[in-house]
Amino acid sequence: MITLTVNGRDHRLNADPDTPLLYVLREDLALNAAKFGCGLGQCGACTVIVDGKAVLSCVTPVLLLEGKKVTTLEGLGTIADPAPIQRAFIEEQAAQCGFCIAGMVMRAQALLQRNARPTDEQIRVELESHLCRCGTHMRILRAVHRAAKLMQSADASDGQESVR
Amino acid sequence: MNPIDLNRRQMLAGSGALVVSFSLRPSVAQEQPAKLPGSLRVAPFLDSWISIDAGGNITVFTGKAELGQGLRTAVLQIAAEQLDVPFASLSLVTADTGRTANEGYTSGSHSMDDSGTAVQHAAAQMRALLLDEAGRRVGVPVENLRTESGAVIAPDGTRLGYGDLIGAGLHVQAQPTSPLKDPASYTIIGKPVPRVDIPGKLAGGAAYVQDIRLPGMKHARVVRPPSYGARMMTCDIAAIEKLPGVVKVVRDGNFLAVVADKEFQAVKAMMALSAATTWQERAGLPDQDDLANVLLKLGSQDSTILQHGTPGLAPVTLQASYSRPYQSHGSIGPSCAVAQMVDGAMTVWTHTQGVYPDRQGIAEMLRMPPAKVRLIHVEGSGCYGHNGADDAAADAALIARAMPGVPVRLQWMREQEHAWEPFGPAMLTRLKASVGAEGKITDWHFEVWSNTHSMRPGGAGSLLAAQHMENPFAVPAPKPLPLPEGGGDRNAIPIYAFPNAKVVHHFIPKMPLRVSAMRALGAYHNVFSIESFMDELASAAATDPVEFRLKHLDDPRGRDVIAKAAQAFGWQPGRKPSEDHGYGFAFARYKNLAAYCAIATEVEVDRDTGRPRLIRAVAAVDAGQVVNPDGIANQIEGAILQSMSWTLYESVTFDDTRITSIDWQTYPILRFNAVPDQIEVHIINRPGQPFLGSGETGQGPAAASIANAIAHATGKRLRNLPLTRKRIKDAIDA
Repeated sequence: MITLTVNGRDHRLNADPDTPLLYVLREDLALNAAKFGCGLGQCGACTVIVDGKAVLSCVTPVLLLEGKKVTTLEGLGTIADPAPIQRAFIEEQAAQCGFCIAGMVMRAQALLQRNARPTDEQIRVELESHLCRCGTHMRILRAVHRAAKLMQSADASDGQESVR
Repeated sequence: MNPIDLNRRQMLAGSGALVVSFSLRPSVAQEQPAKLPGSLRVAPFLDSWISIDAGGNITVFTGKAELGQGLRTAVLQIAAEQLDVPFASLSLVTADTGRTANEGYTSGSHSMDDSGTAVQHAAAQMRALLLDEAGRRVGVPVENLRTESGAVIAPDGTRLGYGDLIGAGLHVQAQPTSPLKDPASYTIIGKPVPRVDIPGKLAGGAAYVQDIRLPGMKHARVVRPPSYGARMMTCDIAAIEKLPGVVKVVRDGNFLAVVADKEFQAVKAMMALSAATTWQERAGLPDQDDLANVLLKLGSQDSTILQHGTPGLAPVTLQASYSRPYQSHGSIGPSCAVAQMVDGAMTVWTHTQGVYPDRQGIAEMLRMPPAKVRLIHVEGSGCYGHNGADDAAADAALIARAMPGVPVRLQWMREQEHAWEPFGPAMLTRLKASVGAEGKITDWHFEVWSNTHSMRPGGAGSLLAAQHMENPFAVPAPKPLPLPEGGGDRNAIPIYAFPNAKVVHHFIPKMPLRVSAMRALGAYHNVFSIESFMDELASAAATDPVEFRLKHLDDPRGRDVIAKAAQAFGWQPGRKPSEDHGYGFAFARYKNLAAYCAIATEVEVDRDTGRPRLIRAVAAVDAGQVVNPDGIANQIEGAILQSMSWTLYESVTFDDTRITSIDWQTYPILRFNAVPDQIEVHIINRPGQPFLGSGETGQGPAAASIANAIAHATGKRLRNLPLTRKRIKDAIDA
């Protein structure tokens, strides 16, 4: 048995230790967002955040994740209450088929958590390991910029809340 | 006259349903019956497209599929507009052999023209019938009634909800013409309504066939042969069936699959099964470094598809040859399907582009009547044509048949998608032309060599599983797709006005690699060839490329998109770009009958490495009546980037036996470091004109515009796709 902390909840799992995290997320926890794209760490569709860092879940065995905090797209927000980065992607209509998008969002989220004001160049470098076949790249870049602004204004309003 | 003649309508009372029948006036009926609009031709009853229940809930039906192109949203916009109901109040059912019309494939940029048009007319005719029924009930002439938010409003303010008016249903044959709204009054069509599918995709909703989880579902993987035509020699099935979680190994001739309780168990068992199997392979693949000659030697059926004037008399000014390699759809998610056999009936959830034709193939493979097989479309990763979707559906069905009652989820591995998907065919074109004294083309000669561009099902023989079975189905004989849309000859006939011209299509039946439809079919390479050659001829005529195109183009809508793209780009004849930069331009009307697209680009080439980078692209597009401008912009932006990836980087690789481009390392595509600084899309709306579809119109112009910009930047013309860094560097150094 392995204990996995996903989106703030602990799960006791009966999975072989060599099972890649992706399969556990999708099958055992019924989380849809992280996608199987290549199983080789080449495309980024499976990206989730582990302890603040973007991780390719298709090549990360669950045995390495005991005691770590895993966040998937579902852990950021919901359709009814989207996180700033989800809002930004929706507002920019930054998807066509959308298969790559969850992975893109998670890597961008990890970037924005450590660098609130990334340059366009920094975003491009960060997303270098992610493939999009529909050619939605321009919108994805715009969405990450928009997310950065939304997160800053959310932080600012949080600050006001606490002042009050 | 009122486009719908209701004079002889009969109301059948007592059933609670509004059942009407009406016929054409005698004067009209004596004429040839007019064709029904769009896909109403294949499903002429209004309630095949729109159903309203007694509670006023409205469901729209389309036989087309959402592929990530925004179909759902556009179809709903059209229905909401013509029905006068709030956009958000509508439900939509897409491609499902159990529920929707047979609209064939979702392909060829046809969805808006076929399905959008059908829904538009069905909605307008239904609204007219509801108005008429309301008029009858309140005793007010229809002219004094209006519709609003799903209700008919009488002059005294009385509201009659559509649900109240409709009773239990409305089963009425469509008429050829409809009381469509004045496009000037549109409030939903033409607006950038946000896509209905995007929020779910951004929040981990169950958006894809990959996300289906049925009770008791098992996971399957196939072991594909290592190469085309390989025959299984030995396979130690017993050893694999002992592995943890393995439920069953399914073998039928050269078809091999394993089913397990959990997905990763299936993956591990697949790898073990693969290692426990030996194959006899045959070396049958051609020399990938000599594709042009390979194509010429395969043998062709030749047809002259255009001849006018007296071509071949004038002295040739220029001749050139262009080629394209085999290219991959490269879907980000490998193909997947879920199948379940219950009480002798098979259901398959699939991301096929054609639920009906794929059903026909699967039913034939399973030797079941088609009525016992249901295919339900569920979105997958973007396909861009005939990828592994149909094959995965067949794989899942074949496995599920061996496990009655059990839902089976089958997903391909990355290397299976790359190696086994049907590729976009390699192509070769040869052009020659004469430029006369006035700097105009007087003679044009174009030849194209290509395989077919569709080996879609249809029959079982198109499906890998059926080809690999013990009693296999033969691959059907390939056919050229008929003009005017064409396949290998799509867009081979020039849109320009040349006084003398000849175009020959060399259709190659032999297919050394598995090929089929890939976005834009032959138009990608034919437009690349024509529009590259137009630039070469413009240069020979010492004329600006944009001016040169306009000199040969009569079509006013074509001239408008060229002018718009040039103006928005800031195109100026003779304008000098900065060092190592180049400007390019290209134009086409997709299939010469669908959307118009002109693209201007700026490219930078690193002279030391040959690396090209698209800096900026400006597109102008005319797709007829715009339904969703942001949807069109998204399609065109995507077309430019995907076509740029094909054009600069992509070719399927193989040795004499096996496909060797089997993942993203061996088949590199566009990454963020090469994404341009800016893409602008300018849309010319044509209110009231037919929908032309925008999914494929950008592929050819983007390729040629980039090639022209590279030629402008380097002074070297590259004619063989892809325009790799090495080829550019070699040309610079030559």
